Amino acid sequence: MNEGFCGWCGKPGAEGDHATCRQRLSSIDPPRYCTSCARRMVVQITPSGWTARCSRHGTFRPGVSGPAAGAPPDPAKAGPAGDPTLSLA
Amino acid sequence: MTAAAERTAVEQGAEDILAVARAQVLERGEGLTEQQVLAVLRLSDDRLTELLQLAHEVRMRWCGPEVEVEGIVSVKTGGCPEDCHFCSQSGRFPTPVRAAWLDIPGLVEAAKQTAATGATEFCIVAAVRGPDKRLLSQVKAGIEAIRAAGLDINIACSLGMLTQQQVDELVAMGVHRYNHNLETARSHFPQVVTTHSWEERWDTLRMVREAGMEVCCGGIIGMGESIEQRAEFAVQLAELGPHEVPMNFLIPQPGTPYEDYPVVAGSEALKTVAAFRLAMPRTMLRFAGGRELTLGDLGAEQGMLGGINAIIVGNYLTNLGRPAEQDLRMLDDLRMPIKALNETL
Ligand code: SF4
Ligand SMILES: [Zn+2]
Ligand SMILES: [Zn+2]
Repeated sequence: MNEGFCGWCGKPGAEGDHATCRQRLSSIDPPRYCTSCARRMVVQITPSGWTARCSRHGTFRPGVSGPAAGAPPDPAKAGPAGDPTLSLA
Repeated sequence: MTAAAERTAVEQGAEDILAVARAQVLERGEGLTEQQVLAVLRLSDDRLTELLQLAHEVRMRWCGPEVEVEGIVSVKTGGCPEDCHFCSQSGRFPTPVRAAWLDIPGLVEAAKQTAATGATEFCIVAAVRGPDKRLLSQVKAGIEAIRAAGLDINIACSLGMLTQQQVDELVAMGVHRYNHNLETARSHFPQVVTTHSWEERWDTLRMVREAGMEVCCGGIIGMGESIEQRAEFAVQLAELGPHEVPMNFLIPQPGTPYEDYPVVAGSEALKTVAAFRLAMPRTMLRFAGGRELTLGDLGAEQGMLGGINAIIVGNYLTNLGRPAEQDLRMLDDLRMPIKALNETL
Protein backbone atom coordinates (compact mmCIF):
# COMPACT_ATOMS: atom_id res chain seq x y z
CA MET A 1 0.00 0.00 0.00
CA ASN A 2 1.15 3.51 -0.69
CA GLU A 3 -0.27 5.14 2.43
CA GLY A 4 1.06 5.33 5.93
CA PHE A 5 -1.95 4.14 7.89
CA CYS A 6 -4.96 1.89 7.54
CA GLY A 7 -8.20 3.84 7.12
CA TRP A 8 -10.14 1.22 9.07
CA CYS A 9 -8.00 0.34 12.11
CA GLY A 10 -5.61 3.31 12.11
CA LYS A 11 -2.51 1.12 12.46
CA PRO A 12 0.52 1.43 10.18
CA GLY A 13 -0.33 -0.09 6.84
CA ALA A 14 2.98 -1.89 6.61
CA GLU A 15 2.49 -3.68 9.92
CA GLY A 16 0.18 -6.60 10.52
CA ASP A 17 -2.63 -8.04 8.50
CA HIS A 18 -5.32 -5.67 7.20
CA ALA A 19 -7.41 -8.22 5.34
CA THR A 20 -10.47 -7.67 7.55
CA CYS A 21 -9.96 -3.91 7.32
CA ARG A 22 -9.91 -4.06 3.53
CA GLN A 23 -12.99 -6.24 3.47
CA ARG A 24 -14.95 -3.89 5.75
CA LEU A 25 -13.83 -0.78 3.84
CA SER A 26 -14.86 -2.29 0.55
CA SER A 27 -18.29 -3.27 1.82
CA ILE A 28 -19.91 -1.56 4.78
CA ASP A 29 -17.56 0.93 6.42
CA PRO A 30 -16.34 4.41 5.55
CA PRO A 31 -12.76 5.20 6.56
CA ARG A 32 -12.44 6.31 10.17
CA TYR A 33 -8.72 7.11 10.31
CA CYS A 34 -6.71 9.42 8.11
CA THR A 35 -4.33 7.37 6.01
CA SER A 36 -1.66 10.07 6.30
CA CYS A 37 -1.61 10.76 10.01
CA ALA A 38 -3.92 8.15 11.63
CA ARG A 39 -6.02 10.84 13.29
CA ARG A 40 -9.63 9.78 13.90
CA MET A 41 -11.73 11.62 11.37
CA VAL A 42 -15.16 13.22 11.73
CA VAL A 43 -17.34 11.11 9.46
CA GLN A 44 -20.79 12.05 8.21
CA ILE A 45 -22.75 9.46 6.31
CA THR A 46 -25.73 10.40 4.16
CA PRO A 47 -28.09 8.10 2.24
CA SER A 48 -25.93 8.21 -0.88
CA GLY A 49 -22.49 9.25 0.28
CA TRP A 50 -20.11 10.12 3.08
CA THR A 51 -17.44 12.61 4.03
CA ALA A 52 -14.53 12.00 6.38
CA ARG A 53 -12.64 15.03 7.66
CA CYS A 54 -9.13 15.02 9.05
CA SER A 55 -8.33 18.23 10.93
CA ARG A 56 -4.89 18.25 9.29
CA HIS A 57 -5.41 16.76 5.85
CA GLY A 58 -8.84 17.84 4.70
CA THR A 59 -11.97 16.04 3.64
CA PHE A 60 -12.18 12.64 1.97
CA ARG A 61 -15.11 11.60 -0.18
CA PRO A 62 -15.84 8.35 -1.96
CA GLY A 63 -13.97 7.97 -5.22
CA VAL A 64 -12.06 11.27 -5.05
CA SER A 65 -8.34 10.91 -5.57
CA GLY A 66 -7.30 13.73 -3.27
CA PRO A 67 -8.60 15.72 -0.32
CA ALA A 68 -11.77 17.47 -1.40
CA ALA A 69 -11.05 20.46 0.83
CA GLY A 70 -7.86 22.42 1.37
CA ALA A 71 -4.81 22.49 -0.84
CA PRO A 72 -4.42 20.01 -3.66
CA PRO A 73 -2.35 17.00 -2.68
CA ASP A 74 1.36 17.17 -3.20
CA PRO A 75 2.24 14.01 -5.09
CA ALA A 76 5.71 14.08 -3.62
CA LYS A 77 4.27 13.53 -0.15
CA ALA A 78 2.30 10.60 1.11
CA GLY A 79 -1.00 12.52 1.10
CA PRO A 80 -4.37 10.86 1.66
CA ALA A 81 -5.64 9.02 -1.34
CA GLY A 82 -9.10 10.50 -0.95
CA ASP A 83 -10.62 7.07 -1.20
CA PRO A 84 -8.94 5.13 1.57
CA THR A 85 -10.84 2.09 0.38
CA LEU A 86 -8.66 2.09 -2.68
CA SER A 87 -5.59 3.08 -0.79
CA LEU A 88 -5.66 -0.25 0.98
CA ALA A 89 -6.06 -2.33 -2.14
CA MET B 1 -58.78 -29.58 15.32
CA THR B 2 -59.52 -26.30 17.08
CA ALA B 3 -57.01 -23.46 16.94
CA ALA B 4 -56.11 -24.00 20.60
CA ALA B 5 -55.64 -27.73 20.06
CA GLU B 6 -53.41 -27.01 17.05
CA ARG B 7 -51.20 -24.78 19.11
CA THR B 8 -50.95 -27.38 21.85
CA ALA B 9 -50.11 -30.11 19.34
CA VAL B 10 -47.19 -28.11 18.00
CA GLU B 11 -46.03 -27.13 21.42
CA GLN B 12 -45.88 -30.84 22.24
CA GLY B 13 -44.10 -31.59 18.99
CA ALA B 14 -46.97 -33.74 17.69
CA GLU B 15 -47.65 -31.83 14.49
CA ASP B 16 -45.52 -30.24 11.83
CA ILE B 17 -45.11 -26.56 12.60
CA LEU B 18 -45.28 -25.44 8.99
CA ALA B 19 -48.57 -27.28 8.43
CA VAL B 20 -49.96 -25.61 11.52
CA ALA B 21 -48.61 -22.21 10.51
CA ARG B 22 -50.24 -22.58 7.11
CA ALA B 23 -53.65 -23.01 8.70
CA GLN B 24 -53.19 -20.61 11.60
CA VAL B 25 -51.22 -17.74 10.07
CA LEU B 26 -51.81 -17.94 6.34
CA GLU B 27 -55.48 -18.88 6.44
CA ARG B 28 -56.65 -17.20 9.62
CA GLY B 29 -54.09 -14.41 10.07
CA GLU B 30 -53.25 -15.38 13.64
CA GLY B 31 -49.59 -14.97 14.57
CA LEU B 32 -47.59 -17.83 16.03
CA THR B 33 -47.16 -18.21 19.78
CA GLU B 34 -43.75 -18.12 21.44
CA GLN B 35 -43.47 -21.94 21.48
CA GLN B 36 -44.51 -22.10 17.86
CA VAL B 37 -41.97 -19.46 16.84
CA LEU B 38 -39.36 -21.48 18.66
CA ALA B 39 -40.39 -24.59 16.72
CA VAL B 40 -39.89 -22.62 13.50
CA LEU B 41 -36.46 -21.39 14.59
CA ARG B 42 -35.50 -24.99 15.36
CA LEU B 43 -36.38 -26.26 11.89
CA SER B 44 -33.44 -27.82 10.10
CA ASP B 45 -31.87 -25.96 7.20
CA ASP B 46 -33.32 -28.41 4.70
CA ARG B 47 -36.75 -26.94 5.43
CA LEU B 48 -35.63 -23.35 4.90
CA THR B 49 -36.99 -23.04 1.36
CA GLU B 50 -40.38 -24.32 2.45
CA LEU B 51 -40.38 -21.94 5.42
CA LEU B 52 -39.45 -18.90 3.32
CA GLN B 53 -42.13 -19.79 0.79
CA LEU B 54 -44.78 -19.89 3.49
CA ALA B 55 -43.58 -16.63 5.04
CA HIS B 56 -43.76 -15.03 1.59
CA GLU B 57 -47.31 -16.28 1.06
CA VAL B 58 -48.29 -14.88 4.44
CA ARG B 59 -46.76 -11.51 3.60
CA MET B 60 -48.52 -11.42 0.20
CA ARG B 61 -51.84 -12.44 1.69
CA TRP B 62 -51.89 -10.12 4.71
CA CYS B 63 -49.72 -7.20 3.53
CA GLY B 64 -49.71 -7.34 -0.26
CA PRO B 65 -46.91 -7.03 -2.80
CA GLU B 66 -45.87 -3.40 -2.11
CA VAL B 67 -42.55 -2.66 -0.49
CA GLU B 68 -42.02 0.44 1.63
CA VAL B 69 -38.72 2.13 0.90
CA GLU B 70 -37.03 4.35 3.47
CA GLY B 71 -33.85 6.37 3.80
CA ILE B 72 -32.24 7.35 7.09
CA VAL B 73 -29.70 9.88 8.26
CA SER B 74 -27.93 10.68 11.48
CA VAL B 75 -28.22 14.34 12.57
CA LYS B 76 -26.19 13.81 15.70
CA THR B 77 -23.60 11.09 15.55
CA GLY B 78 -21.57 9.57 18.38
CA GLY B 79 -20.95 10.69 21.93
CA CYS B 80 -24.06 8.99 23.32
CA PRO B 81 -24.06 8.57 27.13
CA GLU B 82 -25.77 5.17 26.96
CA ASP B 83 -23.93 1.85 26.91
CA CYS B 84 -25.76 -0.30 24.36
CA HIS B 85 -23.04 -2.91 23.84
CA PHE B 86 -23.54 -3.22 20.09
CA CYS B 87 -23.29 0.49 19.37
CA SER B 88 -20.30 2.31 17.93
CA GLN B 89 -21.92 5.62 18.90
CA SER B 90 -21.75 5.04 22.62
CA GLY B 91 -19.31 7.47 24.21
CA ARG B 92 -18.43 4.79 26.76
CA PHE B 93 -16.49 2.56 24.40
CA PRO B 94 -13.21 3.25 22.57
CA THR B 95 -14.73 3.16 19.08
CA PRO B 96 -13.39 5.12 16.11
CA VAL B 97 -16.66 7.06 15.72
CA ARG B 98 -16.25 10.76 16.49
CA ALA B 99 -19.11 13.07 17.40
CA ALA B 100 -20.65 15.02 14.51
CA TRP B 101 -23.71 17.18 13.87
CA LEU B 102 -25.39 17.46 10.51
CA ASP B 103 -26.46 21.01 9.63
CA ILE B 104 -29.83 21.91 8.11
CA PRO B 105 -28.63 22.13 4.47
CA GLY B 106 -27.01 18.71 4.96
CA LEU B 107 -30.26 17.32 6.32
CA VAL B 108 -32.26 18.69 3.40
CA GLU B 109 -29.72 17.22 0.99
CA ALA B 110 -30.06 13.83 2.68
CA ALA B 111 -33.85 14.05 2.36
CA LYS B 112 -33.44 14.89 -1.34
CA GLN B 113 -31.15 11.89 -1.84
CA THR B 114 -33.79 9.72 -0.19
CA ALA B 115 -36.73 11.14 -2.13
CA ALA B 116 -34.80 10.63 -5.38
CA THR B 117 -34.91 6.87 -4.83
CA GLY B 118 -38.72 6.86 -4.75
CA ALA B 119 -38.72 6.30 -1.00
CA THR B 120 -41.75 7.47 0.93
CA GLU B 121 -40.07 7.60 4.33
CA PHE B 122 -37.19 9.66 5.63
CA CYS B 123 -36.05 8.98 9.17
CA ILE B 124 -34.05 11.53 11.15
CA VAL B 125 -31.94 9.81 13.79
CA ALA B 126 -29.83 11.07 16.71
CA ALA B 127 -27.47 9.23 19.03
CA VAL B 128 -28.87 10.38 22.35
CA ARG B 129 -30.53 8.99 25.46
CA GLY B 130 -33.35 11.38 24.71
CA PRO B 131 -33.61 14.71 22.89
CA ASP B 132 -32.74 18.02 24.54
CA LYS B 133 -34.09 21.43 23.51
CA ARG B 134 -31.24 22.03 21.07
CA LEU B 135 -31.82 18.75 19.24
CA LEU B 136 -35.59 19.20 19.09
CA SER B 137 -35.24 22.70 17.67
CA GLN B 138 -32.71 21.40 15.12
CA VAL B 139 -35.18 18.69 14.08
CA LYS B 140 -38.02 21.19 13.90
CA ALA B 141 -35.97 23.55 11.72
CA GLY B 142 -34.88 20.59 9.59
CA ILE B 143 -38.44 19.42 8.99
CA GLU B 144 -39.50 22.96 8.06
CA ALA B 145 -36.59 23.22 5.63
CA ILE B 146 -37.45 19.86 4.05
CA ARG B 147 -41.04 21.02 3.56
CA ALA B 148 -39.90 24.39 2.24
CA ALA B 149 -37.77 22.55 -0.32
CA GLY B 150 -41.00 20.98 -1.61
CA LEU B 151 -40.03 17.43 -0.75
CA ASP B 152 -43.07 15.21 -0.54
CA ILE B 153 -41.94 12.51 1.84
CA ASN B 154 -43.11 11.22 5.20
CA ILE B 155 -40.84 12.15 8.06
CA ALA B 156 -40.04 9.79 10.88
CA CYS B 157 -37.74 10.37 13.84
CA SER B 158 -35.61 8.28 16.14
CA LEU B 159 -34.38 10.44 19.00
CA GLY B 160 -34.27 8.07 21.95
CA MET B 161 -36.52 8.09 24.98
CA LEU B 162 -39.16 10.80 25.15
CA THR B 163 -41.20 12.67 27.72
CA GLN B 164 -44.90 13.23 27.06
CA GLN B 165 -44.18 16.85 26.19
CA GLN B 166 -41.58 15.83 23.63
CA VAL B 167 -43.99 13.33 22.11
CA ASP B 168 -46.52 16.13 21.74
CA GLU B 169 -43.92 18.42 20.18
CA LEU B 170 -43.03 15.80 17.57
CA VAL B 171 -46.69 15.31 16.70
CA ALA B 172 -47.03 19.06 16.27
CA MET B 173 -44.01 19.05 13.92
CA GLY B 174 -45.82 16.55 11.70
CA VAL B 175 -43.63 13.55 12.50
CA HIS B 176 -45.79 10.63 11.46
CA ARG B 177 -43.76 7.70 12.76
CA TYR B 178 -41.34 7.24 15.64
CA ASN B 179 -38.63 4.61 15.79
CA HIS B 180 -37.53 3.28 19.12
CA ASN B 181 -36.18 -0.24 19.16
CA LEU B 182 -36.61 -2.64 22.05
CA GLU B 183 -33.45 -4.19 20.56
CA THR B 184 -33.80 -7.68 22.03
CA ALA B 185 -35.91 -9.91 24.25
CA ARG B 186 -36.80 -8.45 27.60
CA SER B 187 -34.92 -11.26 29.35
CA HIS B 188 -31.72 -10.50 27.40
CA PHE B 189 -31.87 -6.70 27.50
CA PRO B 190 -29.91 -6.29 30.77
CA GLN B 191 -26.97 -8.11 29.14
CA VAL B 192 -27.00 -5.60 26.29
CA VAL B 193 -27.76 -2.28 28.00
CA THR B 194 -27.26 -1.28 31.64
CA THR B 195 -27.87 2.47 31.51
CA HIS B 196 -31.60 2.21 30.93
CA SER B 197 -34.22 -0.50 30.98
CA TRP B 198 -36.39 -2.31 28.48
CA GLU B 199 -39.40 -0.99 30.40
CA GLU B 200 -38.26 2.62 29.91
CA ARG B 201 -38.16 1.99 26.19
CA TRP B 202 -41.59 0.41 26.33
CA ASP B 203 -42.95 3.54 28.08
CA THR B 204 -41.79 5.75 25.23
CA LEU B 205 -43.42 3.42 22.72
CA ARG B 206 -46.69 3.52 24.65
CA MET B 207 -46.72 7.34 24.66
CA VAL B 208 -45.89 7.45 20.97
CA ARG B 209 -48.77 5.14 20.15
CA GLU B 210 -51.25 6.98 22.37
CA ALA B 211 -50.30 10.26 20.69
CA GLY B 212 -51.28 8.83 17.32
CA MET B 213 -47.85 8.43 15.74
CA GLU B 214 -47.04 5.18 14.01
CA VAL B 215 -44.79 2.96 16.09
CA CYS B 216 -41.61 1.57 14.56
CA CYS B 217 -39.90 -0.90 16.84
CA GLY B 218 -37.48 -3.71 16.15
CA GLY B 219 -34.07 -4.86 17.16
CA ILE B 220 -30.84 -6.63 16.41
CA ILE B 221 -30.34 -10.34 15.94
CA GLY B 222 -26.99 -11.85 16.92
CA MET B 223 -26.22 -10.18 20.25
CA GLY B 224 -25.65 -13.38 22.16
CA GLU B 225 -29.34 -14.08 22.68
CA SER B 226 -30.47 -17.69 22.74
CA ILE B 227 -32.84 -19.09 20.18
CA GLU B 228 -35.50 -19.15 22.89
CA GLN B 229 -34.91 -15.43 23.44
CA ARG B 230 -35.37 -14.78 19.72
CA ALA B 231 -38.79 -16.44 19.98
CA GLU B 232 -39.51 -14.42 23.12
CA PHE B 233 -38.59 -11.21 21.33
CA ALA B 234 -40.83 -12.00 18.35
CA VAL B 235 -43.90 -12.39 20.54
CA GLN B 236 -43.03 -9.37 22.67
CA LEU B 237 -42.97 -7.31 19.49
CA ALA B 238 -46.22 -8.90 18.37
CA GLU B 239 -47.75 -7.93 21.69
CA LEU B 240 -46.62 -4.33 21.18
CA GLY B 241 -48.22 -4.44 17.73
CA PRO B 242 -45.97 -1.91 15.98
CA HIS B 243 -46.72 -0.59 12.55
CA GLU B 244 -43.21 -1.52 11.50
CA VAL B 245 -40.46 -3.82 12.75
CA PRO B 246 -36.95 -3.09 11.48
CA MET B 247 -34.75 -6.18 11.59
CA ASN B 248 -31.03 -5.62 12.02
CA PHE B 249 -28.29 -8.21 12.17
CA LEU B 250 -25.32 -7.44 14.38
CA ILE B 251 -22.42 -5.71 12.69
CA PRO B 252 -19.55 -6.29 15.13
CA GLN B 253 -18.24 -2.76 15.67
CA PRO B 254 -14.61 -2.21 16.63
CA GLY B 255 -14.15 -0.98 20.18
CA THR B 256 -17.55 -2.18 21.42
CA PRO B 257 -18.00 -5.13 23.78
CA TYR B 258 -19.41 -7.07 20.83
CA GLU B 259 -16.55 -6.41 18.43
CA ASP B 260 -15.58 -10.09 18.29
CA TYR B 261 -19.09 -11.52 18.08
CA PRO B 262 -19.61 -13.68 15.03
CA VAL B 263 -21.78 -12.47 12.18
CA VAL B 264 -25.15 -14.28 12.12
CA ALA B 265 -25.16 -17.10 9.57
CA GLY B 266 -27.27 -16.42 6.49
CA SER B 267 -29.63 -19.38 6.99
CA GLU B 268 -30.19 -18.41 10.61
CA ALA B 269 -30.95 -14.83 9.62
CA LEU B 270 -33.45 -15.93 6.99
CA LYS B 271 -35.10 -18.34 9.40
CA THR B 272 -35.47 -15.49 11.89
CA VAL B 273 -36.99 -13.21 9.25
CA ALA B 274 -39.53 -15.87 8.32
CA ALA B 275 -40.30 -16.69 11.95
CA PHE B 276 -40.93 -13.01 12.73
CA ARG B 277 -43.25 -12.82 9.73
CA LEU B 278 -45.19 -15.81 11.02
CA ALA B 279 -45.43 -14.16 14.44
CA MET B 280 -46.60 -10.85 12.91
CA PRO B 281 -48.52 -11.54 9.70
CA ARG B 282 -49.75 -7.96 9.21
CA THR B 283 -46.76 -5.94 10.39
CA MET B 284 -44.37 -4.17 8.07
CA LEU B 285 -41.09 -6.07 8.36
CA ARG B 286 -38.11 -4.05 7.26
CA PHE B 287 -34.63 -5.13 6.28
CA ALA B 288 -32.32 -2.75 8.14
CA GLY B 289 -28.63 -2.81 9.06
CA GLY B 290 -26.34 -5.78 8.75
CA ARG B 291 -28.05 -7.56 5.88
CA GLU B 292 -25.13 -6.83 3.55
CA LEU B 293 -22.69 -8.57 5.89
CA THR B 294 -24.97 -11.41 6.95
CA LEU B 295 -26.85 -12.19 3.77
CA GLY B 296 -25.03 -10.65 0.81
CA ASP B 297 -26.88 -10.01 -2.45
CA LEU B 298 -28.45 -13.42 -2.82
CA GLY B 299 -29.67 -13.54 0.77
CA ALA B 300 -31.26 -10.11 0.40
CA GLU B 301 -33.42 -11.48 -2.40
CA GLN B 302 -34.27 -14.55 -0.40
CA GLY B 303 -35.35 -12.31 2.47
CA MET B 304 -37.59 -10.29 0.16
CA LEU B 305 -39.13 -13.60 -0.85
CA GLY B 306 -39.27 -14.81 2.74
CA GLY B 307 -41.44 -12.30 4.59
CA ILE B 308 -39.76 -8.90 4.28
CA ASN B 309 -41.86 -6.10 2.81
CA ALA B 310 -39.85 -2.94 3.53
CA ILE B 311 -36.24 -1.89 3.16
CA ILE B 312 -33.84 0.84 4.10
CA VAL B 313 -32.05 1.86 0.94
CA GLY B 314 -28.68 3.52 0.69
CA ASN B 315 -26.42 4.07 3.67
CA TYR B 316 -27.15 3.63 7.35
CA LEU B 317 -26.03 5.75 10.30
CA THR B 318 -22.45 4.62 10.78
CA ASN B 319 -22.23 1.93 8.12
CA LEU B 320 -22.65 1.93 4.37
CA GLY B 321 -25.35 0.00 2.55
CA ARG B 322 -25.27 -1.17 -1.00
CA PRO B 323 -26.23 1.49 -3.57
CA ALA B 324 -29.95 2.30 -3.58
CA GLU B 325 -30.11 1.58 -7.33
CA GLN B 326 -29.12 -2.02 -6.66
CA ASP B 327 -32.01 -2.52 -4.25
CA LEU B 328 -34.45 -0.77 -6.56
CA ARG B 329 -33.33 -3.04 -9.40
CA MET B 330 -33.83 -6.04 -7.17
CA LEU B 331 -37.41 -4.96 -6.38
CA ASP B 332 -38.04 -4.45 -10.06
CA ASP B 333 -36.68 -7.90 -10.89
CA LEU B 334 -38.86 -9.41 -8.18
CA ARG B 335 -41.86 -7.48 -9.53
CA MET B 336 -42.49 -5.89 -6.17
CA PRO B 337 -43.91 -2.37 -6.54
CA ILE B 338 -42.62 0.41 -4.31
CA LYS B 339 -45.32 1.64 -1.98
CA ALA B 340 -46.61 5.05 -3.01
CA LEU B 341 -47.00 7.96 -0.63
CA ASN B 342 -50.20 8.00 1.45
CA GLU B 343 -50.88 4.36 0.83
CA THR B 344 -51.14 2.34 4.00
CA LEU B 345 -49.71 -1.14 3.97
S1 SF4 C 1 -29.01 4.92 22.95
FE1 SF4 C 1 -28.78 4.62 20.72
S2 SF4 C 1 -26.99 5.84 20.13
FE2 SF4 C 1 -26.95 5.63 22.36
S3 SF4 C 1 -25.60 3.88 22.74
FE3 SF4 C 1 -27.74 3.10 22.68
S4 SF4 C 1 -28.08 2.50 20.54
FE4 SF4 C 1 -26.23 3.80 20.58
ZN1 LIG D 1 -6.20 -2.12 9.28
ZN1 LIG E 1 -4.64 13.38 8.51
